[in-house]
Amino acid sequence: MHNRRDRLIAVLMVLPSIVLLAIFVYGFIAITAQTSMTDSNAMQRLSRLPANFIGLQNYTDLFSGPLDTRFRVGIVNTVFFTAIFITVCLVLGMLLAVLLDQKIRGESVFRTIFLFPMALSFVVTGVVWKWLFNPNSGINYLPTVIGLPPAQFRWFISEDRILEFNWQDLPTILAVIALSAAAMFTLWFAVKRKSRPAIYGFVIVMILSFLIFSGATGSMNALPNPEQHGFNLALIAVVVAAGWQMCGYTMAMYLAGLRGVSEELREAARVDGASEFGVYRHVVFPLLAPITLSAIIILGHISLKIFDLVYVMGGGDNLRIDMPGLNMFFETFRGQNFGRGAAIAMVMLLLVAVVIVPYLVNSFRSEAKRS
Amino acid sequence: MTATAASVPARRPTNRLWSRILVYALLVFFSVLFLLPVYMVIVTSFKGTAEVNISTMWQFPQALSFDAWRTAYERLAPGLTNSFLLVVPATVISAVLGSLNGYVLSKWKFPGANIIFPLMLFGMFIPYQAILIPLVQFMSSVGLFNSLPGLILVHVVYGLPITTLIFRNYYAEVPDELLEAAAIDGAGFFGLYMKIVLPISLPGFVVVIIWQFTQIWNEFLFAVTVAQNTPMVTVALQNLSGSQIVQWNVQMAAAFLAAVPTLIVYVLLGRYFIRGLLAGSVKG
Amino acid sequence: MKRSSILALLLIAVLALGFAGLASAQDAAPSGDLEIFSWWTGGGEAAGLEALIARFSEMYPDINVINAAVAGGSGVNARAVLTTRMLGGDPPDTFQVHAGEELNALWVAAGLMQPLNDIYEANGWMEQFPQGLLDLISDDAGNIYVVPVNIHRSNVMWYVPANLEAWGVTVPTSWDEFVNTTCPALQAADITPISIGENWTQVHLWESIALGTLGVEAYNGLWDGTTNWTSPEVVHTFEVLGQVYDCANDDMNALTWQDASQRVANGEAAFNIMGDWAAGYFLVDLALEPGTGFAWAPSPGTDGVFMMLSDTFGLPVGAPNPGAVEAWLSFLGSAEAQDLFNPVKGSLPANTTADISNPDLYNAYFQSAYEDWTTNEIVGSLAHGLVASPAFSNGFSNIIATFQSDRDANNAAVTAATLALQTLR
Repeated sequence: MHNRRDRLIAVLMVLPSIVLLAIFVYGFIAITAQTSMTDSNAMQRLSRLPANFIGLQNYTDLFSGPLDTRFRVGIVNTVFFTAIFITVCLVLGMLLAVLLDQKIRGESVFRTIFLFPMALSFVVTGVVWKWLFNPNSGINYLPTVIGLPPAQFRWFISEDRILEFNWQDLPTILAVIALSAAAMFTLWFAVKRKSRPAIYGFVIVMILSFLIFSGATGSMNALPNPEQHGFNLALIAVVVAAGWQMCGYTMAMYLAGLRGVSEELREAARVDGASEFGVYRHVVFPLLAPITLSAIIILGHISLKIFDLVYVMGGGDNLRIDMPGLNMFFETFRGQNFGRGAAIAMVMLLLVAVVIVPYLVNSFRSEAKRS
Repeated sequence: MTATAASVPARRPTNRLWSRILVYALLVFFSVLFLLPVYMVIVTSFKGTAEVNISTMWQFPQALSFDAWRTAYERLAPGLTNSFLLVVPATVISAVLGSLNGYVLSKWKFPGANIIFPLMLFGMFIPYQAILIPLVQFMSSVGLFNSLPGLILVHVVYGLPITTLIFRNYYAEVPDELLEAAAIDGAGFFGLYMKIVLPISLPGFVVVIIWQFTQIWNEFLFAVTVAQNTPMVTVALQNLSGSQIVQWNVQMAAAFLAAVPTLIVYVLLGRYFIRGLLAGSVKG
Repeated sequence: MKRSSILALLLIAVLALGFAGLASAQDAAPSGDLEIFSWWTGGGEAAGLEALIARFSEMYPDINVINAAVAGGSGVNARAVLTTRMLGGDPPDTFQVHAGEELNALWVAAGLMQPLNDIYEANGWMEQFPQGLLDLISDDAGNIYVVPVNIHRSNVMWYVPANLEAWGVTVPTSWDEFVNTTCPALQAADITPISIGENWTQVHLWESIALGTLGVEAYNGLWDGTTNWTSPEVVHTFEVLGQVYDCANDDMNALTWQDASQRVANGEAAFNIMGDWAAGYFLVDLALEPGTGFAWAPSPGTDGVFMMLSDTFGLPVGAPNPGAVEAWLSFLGSAEAQDLFNPVKGSLPANTTADISNPDLYNAYFQSAYEDWTTNEIVGSLAHGLVASPAFSNGFSNIIATFQSDRDANNAAVTAATLALQTLR
């Protein structure tokens, strides 16, 4: 149906968008990447002097330089925050969705209540929860309404930390995690499939582990001095605030998924003697697996980028809840160290890309197959 | 449906009753949890400054005071105005562009479109810190730094991926036969768009406009770096909360004011809001 | 259109332009928008700024003042915003900046500030501002770049005399005394010995500790490179900071400086180290009487030393409305403006012709501070941009934040040494 002229017009219509995104996304990322390999600072920029190329120095500094503890704190915080935030949103979102799926009277009222925080800005959420988390008022004083003593948790300024580890041990810890995963995987293959190469693989992994534990990594210290990191309990406050805002989102996704599970399918399971819980466990939940994956990815990229909520709650310099997004902003515009700021931004981009790119590739590959 | 409804209570009546009670109890419990902050915001905002203290923070105000609301409005008014001036053009432009892009990408697929579209989509997931430094530089070199048009441009560009995605998925549902029939009658690219596609686009536009409206209204990072001297409502609110000898009643009133426009949209058009949310997960 | 009518139109246009030009040349009074960028958003400082703007608007009714203030004590957030604006080629008309390295290391060094010598000479200020202060805001060629509004003192310890008496403690004169005697006595009585606020107030506290334990010479040496950052004496400053943390409230990261000062006024805490803008807060916001409602002493071990800082405003290159800025700066440096601003803000006038001896304007606190300003040995503040570049300050904030959680004094000193090597001139 499409003649040549119209096809040309079609391409011309999307061209501006494509060009804009090519510049604003890929062009700018390229410039940031380039900046991250220089010692660019405000002085050079303001007086139009060129920056010096310093290779990957900024990146090595971030992970092992004495001045960049803050970055490492932020990365560790992000990992813990992301893991807990996603778990909370998935579990609570699923629970709410299943509850709402029970043919509830007034369902739309409940749905509205669970979803409205999604319409708010993280800045609003931050301001409100900062007041609620004030350790000498707010949530802690809620028990006093019914005559109980106030709670003692310090929320976003708590200085407690659990699961501590030394950053110097990080290479070892990562190696152990990677090797145990590899060992489990090969063992599983060896047992399940009785596959000979897998057995060899398992043996190799065990030998590697032995080498590592016998001290091969002892010399691989990431830092000159020990540096303790761990899960800062203050992050719980951020998880609660962010979860309050975002778990309606997972609820909506799951609810849409649940509505897609046909009643015939459920009834068939019931006829087979499944209990109401069994219907969910064996019929409904497996069908929701792709939604869970989508939710993990959407929530994951939000939590890896989080900026405004912690900026508002922590005021900028509270390291207990610091995140790389905040660190980048201050390192760049307050510390005026643009090279370092660009490097932090690139690390953030990399983290997000690891999550997003396979997802996009997968989505569009399967779509291409379908069509 | 009717068969199920009939068969369920027949199973285990008492058990069924208890589980219904449990379901409602849980729903009410969670609703209370979710509304707790709202209660706090409203109660605190109607208290006079002297009345805001620890021992009575969960109680109703003794006397209704509108002082906090008045102060909050005075402090926030320029931000509210700026945000409206930003949101309206940015939303409209990005919706129109998104509609055209979606139309092309679903009905006029050109060679390479299947590669370009995911590349465009990647733009909505990136942490904006990764483009912030060149962005500031670029905006100043074209003279748009710290100006409303500059911030509008930024939001239009970074809004393109999601608006394009929503429209593309929406138009994918439109049967090709419909367009082919009109094409036989001699309609070209624009003819098809105006005659067939646009008239059925209203729900798509509602979804996109709501989504962009809330996103841009709520955005903070660009507002704080690219348009500092035309402060948006989020920046004004953060400025209010970051300063002062904490006047919590004013802050709570301000937080409420900043949330009102998006809340109104959400309450009135919640159905479409959810659709926009779900569209964010790429496949919808 | 005919050629003649085009010519006529052109002629009219040229004439109109000519008149417009004449009109603007005759119109000597500056007009238009004047954007004043600062971080004064609360308490006495905001009140002082508003008083200045009110008077200025009376004098120049044609100028529309835009008060662009970014929240965050000591300019922690405002500096980030200012940097983006300067980089974006969109400077505000005039902005607040601390005298010293915060001004010199970047804005002056990059050639972004305009010399103001004309304004100084026209107003006869060369003789009215102390030479030491002028040195801090001039380059080697003698160009002066900003107009100081005030002099602040950083090393002040605040308390309520009646409370100390009730709790049976006296004002400590050394950090040893505070940590070993004052602090345990107060903790036994369930009183917070010292109230501390968010990160930058901790940097502020550290500089008082460093001055009090190192002495003037070694403290100054930190900034010119003659004091070794990794020496045991410097490590000791962090150890003392750690001991002081142990004597402090446990919610420091949730408190602004006003919250922390208020704890002293409320009788929840005994002492607070803060600059003398706290005097403005006590006087204006809490309406307390100097000497009875609140009292002050040099922070422990710094008697006879005045750690100073100064808020200034300048004229950046490319300011949209330089005429209005010149009017503003001429007003700002005058004795009249300084007498309007400083009593509310809690600072001393930088202009020596200000009416400092007038007790109706400057109460007991100012009299005693002025006495110290004119007789004490003067050193510069780190937390407020006088002795170190913004890059050092940002890095040092991170060092203090890290130290607050890991309490590793050695590590803090070593890291600071690296930072100093990279960022101090």
